[in-house]
Amino acid sequence: MNTAAVVKRILKQFHRDKRSVALMVAAPLLVLTLMWLVLDTETSAVKLAAVDVPAQVVESIETEGITVTVMDEAEAEEKLNEAEIGGVLQWEDGAPFVILEGSDPNTSGTIRSTLQKQLSEQNASMEWEYWNGSSELGLFDYVGPALIGFFVFFFVFIVGGVSFLRERTQGTLERLLASPVRRSEIVFGYLGGFGLFTVVQSIIIAAYSIYVLDVFMAGNFLYVLLVTILMALTALSLGTLVSTFAGNEFQMIQFIPLVIVPQVFFSGLFPTEGLAEWVQVVGNLMPLTYGAEALRDIMLRGSSFESFQVEVYILLGFTTLFTVLNIAALKKHRPL
Amino acid sequence: MEAAVEMKGISHWFGKVQVIHDVDLSVEKGEIFGLLGPSGSGKTTLVKMMTGLLRPSKGVVQLNGEKMPSLKQLRQFGFMAQSDALYSELTGRENLDFFASLYGMSRKDRHLRMNHVLDMVDLTAYASRPVNTYSGGMKRRLSLAASLIHEPELIILDEPTVGIDPVLRQSIWSELNRLRNHGVTIIVTTHVMDEAEKCGHLALLRDGRMMAEDIPSQLKSKLGVSSIEEVFLHYGGGARA
Ligand SMILES: Nc1ncnc2c1ncn2[C@@H]1O[C@H](COP(=O)(O)OP(=O)(O)O)[C@@H](O)[C@H]1O
Ligand SMILES: [Mg+2]
Repeated sequence: MNTAAVVKRILKQFHRDKRSVALMVAAPLLVLTLMWLVLDTETSAVKLAAVDVPAQVVESIETEGITVTVMDEAEAEEKLNEAEIGGVLQWEDGAPFVILEGSDPNTSGTIRSTLQKQLSEQNASMEWEYWNGSSELGLFDYVGPALIGFFVFFFVFIVGGVSFLRERTQGTLERLLASPVRRSEIVFGYLGGFGLFTVVQSIIIAAYSIYVLDVFMAGNFLYVLLVTILMALTALSLGTLVSTFAGNEFQMIQFIPLVIVPQVFFSGLFPTEGLAEWVQVVGNLMPLTYGAEALRDIMLRGSSFESFQVEVYILLGFTTLFTVLNIAALKKHRPL
Repeated sequence: MEAAVEMKGISHWFGKVQVIHDVDLSVEKGEIFGLLGPSGSGKTTLVKMMTGLLRPSKGVVQLNGEKMPSLKQLRQFGFMAQSDALYSELTGRENLDFFASLYGMSRKDRHLRMNHVLDMVDLTAYASRPVNTYSGGMKRRLSLAASLIHEPELIILDEPTVGIDPVLRQSIWSELNRLRNHGVTIIVTTHVMDEAEKCGHLALLRDGRMMAEDIPSQLKSKLGVSSIEEVFLHYGGGARA
């Protein structure tokens, strides 16, 4: 009941505070675009060899802006060796089979996403193989999923944390607690109000990244939304919890290098596979690690729910933990 | 008759510093009870205990005979904090509507009461403006309106007239008197001596100690002085180093 009142109030405040809304939606879009400009250097001409491929398939791929040359297997292998082509599309038992040259991740990424789009409908299982190396995708394609998660996380953390902090500094928290509201109702109200807002925020950011910036996307858009919204809720509950330890807005900003920046480095936004074990252990304590992993699963590998459900549960676990701590932390302001 | 507020043997420490020293206090229903003391004497601390926001290190606080904090008793009083606790992006009416909804008032009740309290504090004309366009005095009045929104039988006001001009101060006091005549119990803290005269009962606080507590006229006649200021000086004058 009171939760609904708090939710309604937060949404009204959003409605009035256009600048925060802009920060949470426009800023991620802007930064994602900049990252995309820097990282997603489109290779000029992507060359693909076609071996025993049905003619109409060749046609459908060419319209996508890839130069397709029909040749035989021996010739194709020679060109792969000399890296003159980005990959070979072959037909084996009526199913597509692709060998990627693999040395330029952007080229491989373009071929991969194009073929996936064009051919995956008829052929559920496409075979992929690498001639050289195994860096599968463009750098932006690789970090894209994690970036989407990161920006949602970062801006919700800041805006959520600061609004909860202001509730305290402007005295309204005390005023609220001097009314028959339960501590949990306040915290759930925040989760609800911001939750509704982050649904919209997540849709916009994910849709922009996937459909406008064309980040590689092999999976279900709804799964992407599910994970980003969960990340937003984790960020909100963490932000409000952390704000308990801040005396003013500036101190809240001081938590960024403490709470946010390490997550960038440890969460696998940049690959951590080769790094020392303790790095990976630290990463395992960070919510962003699981969000980024789940998003990569969905977007790069087109995974089904089963393969990223563990991450989903862990994110839910983080949210629950932070929420419970939040409710407890409010005891400082009213023992009941 | 059971007291509206009863505080027994209250002491409180912030860390190692003791800020309240063994205070006993009892507020009868239907009176205006003033808590008079200079800044830093512990008025806000005592008020927070009454509203359940702070648990005293020692002693018991009861509202209507029930030990605080209690969710049931939180419904019974209205509270106006020392600082204006308002949402500055929202309009006056939206602020009131939000606080009203915390008391489970129906939409119709909220509407009627909002109009009533807005009228009472003379803010009807400004009700649809965002609070960040209000002057200091207007915010004070809106805070007062918010504390009255659910027609509480007890209102606790922490320095309600600070920063308000004399005319408005007068109108707030006449409003408090009117509420008292309707049987509402009012607890008001102040550091302004002449306001103290307007209270039915007065407690003098200094450095966390209650120095005297009585009807203002009694306080004066006992010492044979003519103003509360003199009473205050008598009890506390030499105490402060
Ligand atoms: N949260 C707190 N932590 C430490 N000391 C406090 C705190 N709140 C108040 N005090 C101290 O307690 C004393 C009484 O404060 P307060 O009740 O606010 O006085 P008043 O409202 O009469 O001005 C002051 O000395 C003040 O510094
Ligand atoms: Mg005070």
